[in-house]
Amino acid sequence: MAYDKFNVLTSTVVPLPTENVDTDQIIPARFLKATEREGFGDNLFRDWRYDVEGNPKKDFVLNDPTYSGKILIAGKNFGSGSSREHAVWAIYDYGFRCVVSSFFADIFKNNCLNIGVLPVTVSAEFAEVIFSAVEADPSTEVEVDIDKQTITLLSTGQSESFDINAYKKENMKNGFDDIDYLLNLREEIVEFEKARR
Amino acid sequence: MEKKTLFDKVWDAHVIKSVQDGPDVFFIDKHFIHEVTSPVAFLNLEKRGIGVMFPERTVATPDHNVPTIDQDKTIKDKLSRMQVEKLRENCKNHGIDLHDLGSAHHGIVHVIGPELGITQPGMTIVCGDSHTSTHGAFGAIAFGIGTSEVEMVFATQCIMQSKPKKMRITVEGTLGKGVTSKDIILYIISKISAAGATGYFVEYAGSAIQSLSMEARMTICNMSIEMGARGGLIAPDETTFEYLKGKQYAPIGADWEKAVSEWKELKTDEGATFDMEYNFEAEDIEPMITYGTNPGMGIKVVGNIPTTDGMEGSNKKTYLKSLDYMGFAPGEAIKGKKVDYVFVGSCTNGRIEDIRAVADFVKGKKKADNITAWIVPGSREVEKLAHEEGLVKILEEAGFELRQPGCSACLAMNDDKIPAGKYAVSTSNRNFEGRQGPGARTMLASPLTVAAVAVTGEICDPREVF
Repeated sequence: MAYDKFNVLTSTVVPLPTENVDTDQIIPARFLKATEREGFGDNLFRDWRYDVEGNPKKDFVLNDPTYSGKILIAGKNFGSGSSREHAVWAIYDYGFRCVVSSFFADIFKNNCLNIGVLPVTVSAEFAEVIFSAVEADPSTEVEVDIDKQTITLLSTGQSESFDINAYKKENMKNGFDDIDYLLNLREEIVEFEKARR
Repeated sequence: MEKKTLFDKVWDAHVIKSVQDGPDVFFIDKHFIHEVTSPVAFLNLEKRGIGVMFPERTVATPDHNVPTIDQDKTIKDKLSRMQVEKLRENCKNHGIDLHDLGSAHHGIVHVIGPELGITQPGMTIVCGDSHTSTHGAFGAIAFGIGTSEVEMVFATQCIMQSKPKKMRITVEGTLGKGVTSKDIILYIISKISAAGATGYFVEYAGSAIQSLSMEARMTICNMSIEMGARGGLIAPDETTFEYLKGKQYAPIGADWEKAVSEWKELKTDEGATFDMEYNFEAEDIEPMITYGTNPGMGIKVVGNIPTTDGMEGSNKKTYLKSLDYMGFAPGEAIKGKKVDYVFVGSCTNGRIEDIRAVADFVKGKKKADNITAWIVPGSREVEKLAHEEGLVKILEEAGFELRQPGCSACLAMNDDKIPAGKYAVSTSNRNFEGRQGPGARTMLASPLTVAAVAVTGEICDPREVF
């Protein structure tokens, strides 16, 4: 579905330095039973965020009022495991528009791009720079500019460029999705399908 | 002529168009759907006012959230029931084949696809489930997709995909006694890590792979995603053709002959190159088990949990957090650890060959008193065979509880949950925190190792239990 256009995002950052965060942690399977897309943010990181009685766990970053923002920065290999797009729906619904990591799992990254959450892959060194800066000063802001393909730590001006293919970049900037593009190829697809019967 | 890998051959044959500095428009031959990742895709189609372009190319079954007892009755859990009912309604409205609960071919989507002969060499197959990689065992390109992509396939039978890089993993030699295909894949993942193949599509090759049955090959391809790979595939051969021949949806007569001659071309050309290659020796592989919270954290059952030597920073923190969750300490032996549950099932090891291996092992033995043993066939067909072959009787006499088909305790969306803090040795594919229920501690192993653990009540070497 169409989503918000993404151009320049300037925001404080929520840090989650844990590595190998799989999509079962982002949204546990027992919360996948909805038949619509709304409301997944309430269960984002459910079992890290709440204890069995449903009380917030004080030591988890989403329960720490010190940190907030539209950018989530996470340890390497973020989003591994299950292909559930619900993980990205939960991230989006919670209010994040950009996820930063030094390494993303493939399907998760595709899912992000398909619903308008920008995955920004940075070097391990730059990820450390951001983690340290945010830890030292939680009001630190980061600017993500999709057109220039840059991510900048505003307090120091340190910046790095990131990859995104031109097609997905245009989609993100305009809030288009792939179906808009594919439906225009209908005749070619019908011909191709016929040949494969 | 250009030298191509098996993966290139299948991929290139399905590209309708390449977008400049962008992905390929990639045609999908077969689309499997289930109740959990399809409803929002159907809903969005309705919002757009469009239908399913080629409904005969999609096959549906409810598997993820279904109960494994009383499947003939109304599903008790309201949300699960709604998802299954929604799947029925959507399939009916859009003319999609549904293998519903209770029907002869109901089961886990990755078990019934091959069983029915829907999965065939050279195809492109997707499903809103990361273990779609299972179908790669037939020389198909098969991978998991998100719900937005499920919607794309409904609407246009295509998705937009950038071609992944190519990796070949070769395993040569003969497997030792008590070593299975599950041990091969757990060994590979432990060597290259849970993210070691991210960005790649893997071809498995070598004499050890070629010697495996189709069921055993499916176990390997199934877990490709657990090292980050989009999928894995194996070149089709006589074993593949033998398996497919006579299956319900397999070609027949002259069509069969033609198909087989085409399928025989589906192999990597000599001299074709890969972006990455790994070589392993079958003789080095022993029965494996995981000790941590991702599938890369595996050791041989006779091994010790790695120490933190050489680890630092967030890497060390993440490692210790994982061991803390499992209740294990760095450096200690895994053998002898008490276990509470065993689970045999899932799209990784819920096929008839797996049930046979367990039954063969536990025949005339009893499970240990401290063990609760669940065995969940991957499909109605597997369940039927297990009854016909007398396996159910053997398993029940050994104290196993046989359930009805579904994903079950692999992801615990239904009531089949391992209680918090309890240890489960499982034939499934993921040992993530809470995967088998909040607080559950999962250790992944082969059906043979699981059978041995059921009998002894603790982590053991199946080669030492008779």
